[in-house]
Amino acid sequence: MLSYTLKRLLMAIPTLLIVITISFFLMRVAPGGPFDGERQLPPEIEANLKAAYHLDEPLPMQYLRYMGNLLEGDFGPSFKYKDFSVTELIMQGFPVSLEIGGLAILLALLVGLPLGIAAAIRRNSTVDYLVMGTALTGIAVPNFVIAPIFALVFGVLLAWLPAGGWNGGAWPNLVLPVVALSIQQIAYIARMMRASMIETLGSHFIRTARAKGLSETEVIWRHAIRPAMLPVVSYLGPAIAGIITGSVVIEQIFGIPGIGRYFVQGALNRDYTLVMGTVVFYGVLIVLMNLIVDLLYSALDPQIRYDD
Amino acid sequence: MTSDSKPYSGEQRDGAPLPAGGPKPPPGPDPTPDPRAADAPVGESLAKDAWRRLTQNRAAMASLGLLIAIVVVCIAGPWFLPWGLAEVDWNAFGTGPTLENAHYLGTDANGRDLLTRVLYGGRVSLSVALVASFVSLVIGVLYGAISGYVGGRVDSLMMRFVDIMYSLPFMFLVILLMVVFGRNIFLIYAAIGAVEWLDMARIVRGQTLALKRREFIEAAHALGVRDSKIVTRHLIPNAIGPVIVYVTLTVPKVILLESFLSFLGLGVQEPLTSWGVLISEGVDMMESAPWMLLVPSFFLAATLFCLNFLGDGLRDALDPKTR
Repeated sequence: MLSYTLKRLLMAIPTLLIVITISFFLMRVAPGGPFDGERQLPPEIEANLKAAYHLDEPLPMQYLRYMGNLLEGDFGPSFKYKDFSVTELIMQGFPVSLEIGGLAILLALLVGLPLGIAAAIRRNSTVDYLVMGTALTGIAVPNFVIAPIFALVFGVLLAWLPAGGWNGGAWPNLVLPVVALSIQQIAYIARMMRASMIETLGSHFIRTARAKGLSETEVIWRHAIRPAMLPVVSYLGPAIAGIITGSVVIEQIFGIPGIGRYFVQGALNRDYTLVMGTVVFYGVLIVLMNLIVDLLYSALDPQIRYDD
Repeated sequence: MTSDSKPYSGEQRDGAPLPAGGPKPPPGPDPTPDPRAADAPVGESLAKDAWRRLTQNRAAMASLGLLIAIVVVCIAGPWFLPWGLAEVDWNAFGTGPTLENAHYLGTDANGRDLLTRVLYGGRVSLSVALVASFVSLVIGVLYGAISGYVGGRVDSLMMRFVDIMYSLPFMFLVILLMVVFGRNIFLIYAAIGAVEWLDMARIVRGQTLALKRREFIEAAHALGVRDSKIVTRHLIPNAIGPVIVYVTLTVPKVILLESFLSFLGLGVQEPLTSWGVLISEGVDMMESAPWMLLVPSFFLAATLFCLNFLGDGLRDALDPKTR
């Protein structure tokens, strides 16, 4: 287990190298630079600025310098948010994104799993059709449509909840973004859980359990649910990535000061260091999440052991 | 209570999905004509059988019909409408759906006919979906088939590369790409296609690994067929079932991705439009002109809905386990 974890962490190094390299050079070949504003700077001042940020060096030198700083955990200063380092901005935005994303995943599991199980147990019944129909709707209507409609209906027309803003993370401000972010994942998880539950309920060991005379409740709770959950667990990696992506839009719509907003703004403003920092940060996050999900998988499935 | 969910019809047609695979290798490299067809339980080809099962699935057929209707309307519709894509009606700024002035679904804030724009946007969204899915299909199938067929060290290297690609924060790279190279529709095709091939590669590799041990591949080997030909003529055609299903499910994902980019203002550029662009315009005008959000959302959702239903139907139709 430990050696497996170490091996996976080692494998993360080339991944992150690729991420850093691609995004570094992509960002640099982009036309325009961080100092193109409405007001044209005098050339001497711009040259001084560039020298101060080492932007006058040849690109490979800049790359090596950035890598060196990165190894020391230094993401550099932001070009657009004066007086802020990228680390500070990420540390400011991440707790917000984490809160929304974490709650959304939790909600997706808490709602999606029971729905899928219920649909599987009452296969081809009204419950099943209702759940699967709703799930398909959840997949077909993207979150950037659901979120504004939520904001309009619950925020403006009914005025039950604030239509946007963060307000220091007060719970009424959380509800709409979290629900909007989780709906698609609820739909995916419910569908996946239903399919895998049906497969599990048809397998031999369930037949044996029934033959032993166990009650249906016991068959489902003691025997069927755990193995049926495995595909959902392995889906959690992509789900987390999906939530992170979705949060870019959701943060934009609800005006939430998370990382996603920094990223889009940064890319549009050519804020090199901020964009790089965000990409690297999310790269690390996704690698770690995938590792955790795989370890969780092995804990749930006794047939899988990571020995080597 | 629920034990009725497993109907045992008695027919246990193991290995039926693939036409070949008898104990004796077929005479030619092409295994399609099964010499034992006479005494086989059903003398139907896989494609025919799948089509029959698909036509029995009412939800899938209805989806297919609606999908065809949407495509036809998007392609042909603009010719029959009196308005152009960017034509401004100076008498109708932001008017709601009405039959009176030939703006059947209303106009946007600039007085452009919404129905016309939705149909043009549909052309863009659907073409992105098709081209990008096709790009991902070609890359994924070739990559997966080669990886699975060659096997060994090459396979583990190629799959390791896929693993690495999986953990890239792709959405961010695509956004970066859009910002960097400008919002160009061909770039959107390529970028999305390049992102979506990973799953396909894994699926095809799995299929190939299972197929390459089978007798008809061995027979082709014995007959001296070249490796490249075995991959393209025997492996890929036999792995096509799951691939078709997966493509049907990739198309809605791509449509969604394009809309997502457009929503962030990184998709196609004026004067072109897409469903994502229209939705994003609609969100801005949501309170005063809700139809501007609802109309493109409806088209997008209906298309995604149908594609998902169709994909499910195809999976059921092609999956030998559900027979």
